[in-house]
Amino acid sequence: MSTLSSATPAGDVKDSTAPPGATNPAGGAGATDPDGGTGAGFHGPSTGSGTGTRPALAAGEQLGSAAGERLVSATGVPVRPSAPRAAVRLLASELGLTFRKPRNIAMLIVLACVPVLLGVVLRVVGGDNDAPSLITQVAGNGLMLTFAAMTLLVELLLPLAVAVVAGDAIAGEAGGGTLRYLLTAPAGRTRLLAVKFANVSVFALVACSVVAAAALITGFALFPVGPVTLLSGSTISIADGLLRILIVTGYAAAGMAALGAVGLAVSTLTEVPIGAVAATVVGVVFSHVLSVIPQLEPVRPYLLTSWWSSFDGALRDPVATDVMTQGLLVFAAYTVICGSLAWARFSSRDITS
Amino acid sequence: MTMVTMGEGAHEAAPPRVAPETAPSSDCSIIARGLTKRFRGGQVAVDDLHLAVPRGSVFGFLGPNGSGKTTTIRMLLGLTQPTSGGCEVLGRPMPAGLADALPRVGALVEGPAFYPYLSGEANLRRYDAADPTSDPRTVTARVGAALDRVGLAAAAGKRYRAYSLGMRQRLAIAAALLGPRELLVLDEPTNGLDPQGTREVRSLIKDVAADGTTVFVSSHLLGEVEQMCTHVGVMRTGRLVAQGPIAELRAGHAPRVRVETPHTAQAASLLGRLGLTDVRTAMEEVTAELGDHTPEGICADLVADGVAVRGFAVVRPSLEEVFVGLTGEGFDVNA
Ligand SMILES: Nc1ncnc2c1ncn2[C@@H]1O[C@H](COP(=O)(O)OP(=O)(O)OP(=O)(O)O)[C@@H](O)[C@H]1O
Ligand SMILES: [Mg+2]
Repeated sequence: MSTLSSATPAGDVKDSTAPPGATNPAGGAGATDPDGGTGAGFHGPSTGSGTGTRPALAAGEQLGSAAGERLVSATGVPVRPSAPRAAVRLLASELGLTFRKPRNIAMLIVLACVPVLLGVVLRVVGGDNDAPSLITQVAGNGLMLTFAAMTLLVELLLPLAVAVVAGDAIAGEAGGGTLRYLLTAPAGRTRLLAVKFANVSVFALVACSVVAAAALITGFALFPVGPVTLLSGSTISIADGLLRILIVTGYAAAGMAALGAVGLAVSTLTEVPIGAVAATVVGVVFSHVLSVIPQLEPVRPYLLTSWWSSFDGALRDPVATDVMTQGLLVFAAYTVICGSLAWARFSSRDITS
Repeated sequence: MTMVTMGEGAHEAAPPRVAPETAPSSDCSIIARGLTKRFRGGQVAVDDLHLAVPRGSVFGFLGPNGSGKTTTIRMLLGLTQPTSGGCEVLGRPMPAGLADALPRVGALVEGPAFYPYLSGEANLRRYDAADPTSDPRTVTARVGAALDRVGLAAAAGKRYRAYSLGMRQRLAIAAALLGPRELLVLDEPTNGLDPQGTREVRSLIKDVAADGTTVFVSSHLLGEVEQMCTHVGVMRTGRLVAQGPIAELRAGHAPRVRVETPHTAQAASLLGRLGLTDVRTAMEEVTAELGDHTPEGICADLVADGVAVRGFAVVRPSLEEVFVGLTGEGFDVNA
């Protein structure tokens, strides 16, 4: 037996993995305490003194058996949860952190307030004849408030919220030191980055949905709601109008997720989260400035910001998909390029925080 | 697999002393071969480090501030890339075999780090979720047991922000004990702990080691290391200046006699005449290397010579003296 074990190549995964009962530090395998037992505060399975009775250790014993189930199947081969399931668990943990963070909740509340404010203002000034067409449209149909609010917010406030979450993703963990413990868990660098991106994407979708929902509720509360007259002149039912709102929200979220990839790439460059957030926001503003300079017209299609509000197509009959498809391709391109940059940087980076 | 366990038990009884170059991976939990880290700016933090940590040992990793202990640990855990050389942890090359090795390694690197707005328990769940091999069905039991083990059960629901320094340190140790571990890497685990906490960590480490887990612990507290470690490695400005079983390290240093007396000059000259070497005089105290003299003979000679002996002792060098001998007296950090 022992010859077999010593003949086993050291590199072999299964054989050098001892059964958990033997190595489980908290397991109930009654080890002897060479120290004679001390420690009022720390309880271990073997801190009992010479009386032979072990301290009450329900949790520890539970752990021992639980760990036994956890690691070894009937055949004695270690089993681990499937990779997708483990990734979903990490994502759930990320989402829990993101949506429990007071700062993020505050941002979502602000985002929800803007459409409400917009609705109230439009309601108050609604009678004015000189008002621009958008306002008359909203005054005529509450559903239009969603498009108005989304058009307004997608340029700066939504990007700001997404930049905060994305910029914080890696830099925040690095700055707080938690990154070293995630990586020694081991979360896996590529896996962690992918989960962080998924988390930012979900946050982008939630932020856009919050805006849409707040606008819808305000629209229903303050304005008459009926069949929607589209930009192309035809009229669609309320149900169809709600579907269009869904399309607009999804498109806006895709644009914000692409920004999330940019923010994530920036986030891998620093240990100062506020720096990553600021750099991303400055990038957005810079891009907006570029797109209003007439001489730079040819650059415009390559800018991420140019495509964020290109969801007008959803207000035509039938839905004009060409511009939106182009927009989605640009978003995908930005995501792939920035994702690769983030991966290249993060997978080789020294974690010295 | 049972046999491997038995093998481990045997190693624990008599850990093999091996040179890192020739050590078979199966006998060592950590092996470093020529590990070197040069930071940008040219600073060499770790220089050609050869390290072998026998399986089942409690290995004390000593060295003054800035000698490269944390940098070494970061390389062992795959957090930073060595400039040259390589290392193996639990038989896997790092950082390539990280996904295989690290689930079996509990780590505490350069102090605790947690999410301030989460409770201690939620923090542990967070780190557990990051380990792809851990089973979510047992997480409640494991987190509870880990918290219980470090005496934090009562503060489990408290926000980390409200933890004291010692509670934070304990939580970090709990995080290292979340799963079944074959190796614990603890960077200054007693930092910030009260005397009880320090004792408790010591007994915890002994418990863990008694279960067959290898413990690699860096520390400045030589008294601590002396009490709990079977092996030590001593770093000095990025180089390993000594490594081996603790008894061997101490054996190289001769025991000394210490005489407490008001007649220091007389005692010193007598000890010199008796042939003792390295005679040193301090306030009401004279010490010298014992050599092959008998203590009782020296004592009798002193009394016969009329020296008022108030105290007489043979002192074996503490690890601290060995350590200072190896790393130098200077207080200034060698940067
Ligand atoms: N990120 C870094 N960039 C440049 N130099 C570094 C970096 N981290 C550490 N060093 C240098 O490497 C040397 C070793 O540092 P290290 O943190 O490993 O020491 P240590 O032995 O852990 O010290 P201590 O006992 O104080 O914790 C020091 O001189 C330090 O200045
Ligand atoms: Mg250190």
